[in-house]
Amino acid sequence: MTTVQNGEPGAVTTTAPRPRRAHPLLAFLAKRLAITAGLLLGVTVVTFGLVNVVPGDPVTANLSDQALNDPATVAAFREKWGLDQPLWQQYLHYLGNLLRGDLGISQQTGRSVLDDLVRYVPATLELAIPTMVLALVIGTGIGMLAAVRNGRATDQIVRVGALLGLSTPPFWLSLVVLYVFFYQLGLAPSGGRLSTAFSPPPTVTGMYTVDAALAGQWDVAWDAAQHLTLPVLVLTSLTVALLVRFVRSAMLEVLQQDYIRAAYAKGLPTRVVLRRHLLRAGLVPVVTVSGLAFASLLSGTVLVESIFGWPGVGQYAYRSATALDLPAILGVSLFVALVYTLVNLTVDLLYGLIDPRIRLS
Amino acid sequence: MAPLLDVDSLAVTLPGPRGPLPILHDVSLSVDEGELVGIAGESGCGKSLTAQTLLGLLPAGAKVTGSARFAGTDLLGLDNRGWQRVRGAGIAMVFQDPTAALHPMLTVGRQLTEHMRVHLRMDRRAATRRAVELLDQVRIPDPERALRAYPHQFSGGMRQRAAIAIALAARPRLLIADEPTTALDVTVQAGILALLDRLRTETGLAVAFITHDLGVLSALTTRGYVFYAGRVVETGPTGALLTAPAHPYTSALLGARPHGTQTVGTLRPIPGSPPAPGEAPPGCPFEPRCRHAEPECGTAPPRLDPVAVDRSVACVVRPHLEVAAR
Amino acid sequence: MTMTAPDPVAPDPKVDRALTRRRWLGRLRGGSTGRPVWRQPIAVVALAILGGWLLAAILAPIVAPYDPLAQSADTYAPPSATHWFGTDSLGRDIFSRVVHGARLSIPLALAIVSLALLVGGLLGLVAGYLGRFADEALMRLTDLVFAFPQIILAMAVTAAFGPNTRNAVLALVIVSWPVYARVIRSAVLSMRGDDYLNAARLLGVGPVRALRRDVLPNSIGPAIVLATLELGNAVLLLAALSFLGLGPRPPAAEWGSMVALGSQDLSMWWVSVFPGLAILTVVMAFNVLGDALRDRLDPRYAKGR
Repeated sequence: MTTVQNGEPGAVTTTAPRPRRAHPLLAFLAKRLAITAGLLLGVTVVTFGLVNVVPGDPVTANLSDQALNDPATVAAFREKWGLDQPLWQQYLHYLGNLLRGDLGISQQTGRSVLDDLVRYVPATLELAIPTMVLALVIGTGIGMLAAVRNGRATDQIVRVGALLGLSTPPFWLSLVVLYVFFYQLGLAPSGGRLSTAFSPPPTVTGMYTVDAALAGQWDVAWDAAQHLTLPVLVLTSLTVALLVRFVRSAMLEVLQQDYIRAAYAKGLPTRVVLRRHLLRAGLVPVVTVSGLAFASLLSGTVLVESIFGWPGVGQYAYRSATALDLPAILGVSLFVALVYTLVNLTVDLLYGLIDPRIRLS
Repeated sequence: MAPLLDVDSLAVTLPGPRGPLPILHDVSLSVDEGELVGIAGESGCGKSLTAQTLLGLLPAGAKVTGSARFAGTDLLGLDNRGWQRVRGAGIAMVFQDPTAALHPMLTVGRQLTEHMRVHLRMDRRAATRRAVELLDQVRIPDPERALRAYPHQFSGGMRQRAAIAIALAARPRLLIADEPTTALDVTVQAGILALLDRLRTETGLAVAFITHDLGVLSALTTRGYVFYAGRVVETGPTGALLTAPAHPYTSALLGARPHGTQTVGTLRPIPGSPPAPGEAPPGCPFEPRCRHAEPECGTAPPRLDPVAVDRSVACVVRPHLEVAAR
Repeated sequence: MTMTAPDPVAPDPKVDRALTRRRWLGRLRGGSTGRPVWRQPIAVVALAILGGWLLAAILAPIVAPYDPLAQSADTYAPPSATHWFGTDSLGRDIFSRVVHGARLSIPLALAIVSLALLVGGLLGLVAGYLGRFADEALMRLTDLVFAFPQIILAMAVTAAFGPNTRNAVLALVIVSWPVYARVIRSAVLSMRGDDYLNAARLLGVGPVRALRRDVLPNSIGPAIVLATLELGNAVLLLAALSFLGLGPRPPAAEWGSMVALGSQDLSMWWVSVFPGLAILTVVMAFNVLGDALRDRLDPRYAKGR
């Protein structure tokens, strides 16, 4: 274990001579990458096994009844997708392709899985990024407020609210929100990424709001943003509920620390103590849980996307899963596992930025 | 001249699950300009709570009666703004454990300058200049570099020195040091004590030194207060307190010390333990543990009565009074 | 100057302070450590709600005014005196269906959690007890499951095995056992260092008996807390699966699929709202109860809350 040195060498009094910089960090990254690779390999094995060993048959899932009665069509389908080969050969074949960056062809869409992902991932990111930013800001703020007002009315309201948010089925909340804001108030569109009057902006990032803004098509950007509001509202409230409980108890812990009392004893205004001293220390646990929150957010997108007709990874995953579309399922799984590991890696690196004492293990 | 800090009949009650819990009873004490006063007693006797009261840092729901005047200001009547002006610039505090009292994620420089800029209205550069001086004053080597360091890069003694510098930064007139050496190695303790004493003579700072160690009192302070179960049981010049304790508790405390300055030889632990808040006996709180207790001790808590010049004792029996009066 | 060792009358002030502080907090915080669960008002409400749902499940045929599967010509009737929660697209009485839904969701959630606890608990016990390779293998396996969002993996499993009640339960067991495995494993690991097991070994107590006698009683507390919290999660996930059409087959009165029916026409709000509220109340009750149990059984949490 090596201390990550932040900024200036701390040879003030007792610090040992510093090891060469970046060295421990590189080792850490290398180790994490190895673990990630192992994990991804495991993911391919699980998904491959799951889809092949079990009774469901991609042939029946993908071919019409009429086609199923024609042995030639079935055989052609099997041969086309390599289903006539032994399982281990199919797997090795898949791995070989994977290393070359080829995720295979989706049996459903007929496009390469990589193309599909490139098409659907930005849509999900367009939901996930604002959600995460909003949820972190709101969740941290409310959690901190509840901790500072520990036991008082504000705190009780926040706690009950968070509990409600955690207990609400995302798909039901989506419908309720749609009913209120679309059906009753007419404030927001019912679903999709863009009104039919507009055509998608030229693709740069794949996120319509950003792309439209880049192209200077402000009416398109505005329309895309309106389509974002309801799904982001649902996902944010669920994520906030998760964050608030955690932030609150983390901040309560910090509030009991001597250094917070010391900050008050110095005569600093409450605002400064909360913003500089409390927030800084409470951020470490918040960063930890934001990894978790992101995971639950991805789960939430599956349901929310299906209700709002949002063509993102969640819907793609749902459709591939129900159709037993092996290459697509594998592609999505790999993508999700990769995102998870990246998020966790970011979380670990952020620790070092926030807490100068942190050690990488 | 009126003392810098004048506390009179202070009583503090904290909320408890089964009704209010009285923690401090009828505490009166004073600290003069430039004076080093000791406050001694076992843990949980209310000395730290006294410090918290004087800084307005009591938990929500605490009830305070009596009076506490600091440099002409009525502390107990202050609002939030008023407290912010007093804290740091009027009364500053050094905590027991510097590791816990320094923010682990802010640089020493930040923690040293932030309240200077609030209280002394300094700009960043002036504050930094003063910070360097302060670090120099508390004998931290290479101050410029230390400013950019984080607390964990310091040793324990250095951390406490930094904490003292932070406490002094906004030019307070009274420093409350709450067991500032307890968490440190014995070898480091002496340096910190010497530092406090030097700061007092150099800057005319008044210091209220809270400790459970009577030995520290003798070395440092001119006057002392002995606390027991939330009350002042004895007060007087430190030398007299230590050589001729008048209250049975003070002498028991001295007798229980491993290296007494006076009673050399056998170690005599005090039987029993201090009463928990809310569970004090109706009479003298020390009565159940006292070797000299008599029936009348159990009726009402004795008042702190003057017995000599600058000397008061809260005891009905006063078995050691003859010694003390000499 | 005299330097003295800490006074014998005043033991280490830091320890002492920490002790008093903890006692204090325990008392001040409304007795999260001292008050039994049934004395906490919100937990009582939760227990009452759960009791209500259990009664509804048991007495469903008596409580429900209609046959939950019976269709009628009276489709999309709004809530009224005859149909308290209205009727759905097939004219079925929603109140009756919601009441009968409790017969599916609650027992299924119990089944999911008990199975996951059994599987995860056993694996965790064995891995923690054997250590080394077995332990490493288990941890990697749990990592693997954690690498998927629960709903996506559950979806894939159900889809693969075929969508029906049994497979939905199976899928949810598959995605939820690792949590229990980790909790039990760490409970076992924390005890392996203790002298418990060594002493037991010296006394000639076999591993099975040692596990049963010492390890199980000590890890049961955290496991129960976790299981209660996970009951809510199981209800939610099950409802989500059937909302996606991967749960109990229609026309079964399952809350998630009932909500899905309402998504076809937003103007008939009652079709989705009532089954959704059913899910919400049950999940919330489980969560409150889990929190209360955790405060009571797990001192680590009692302090921080």
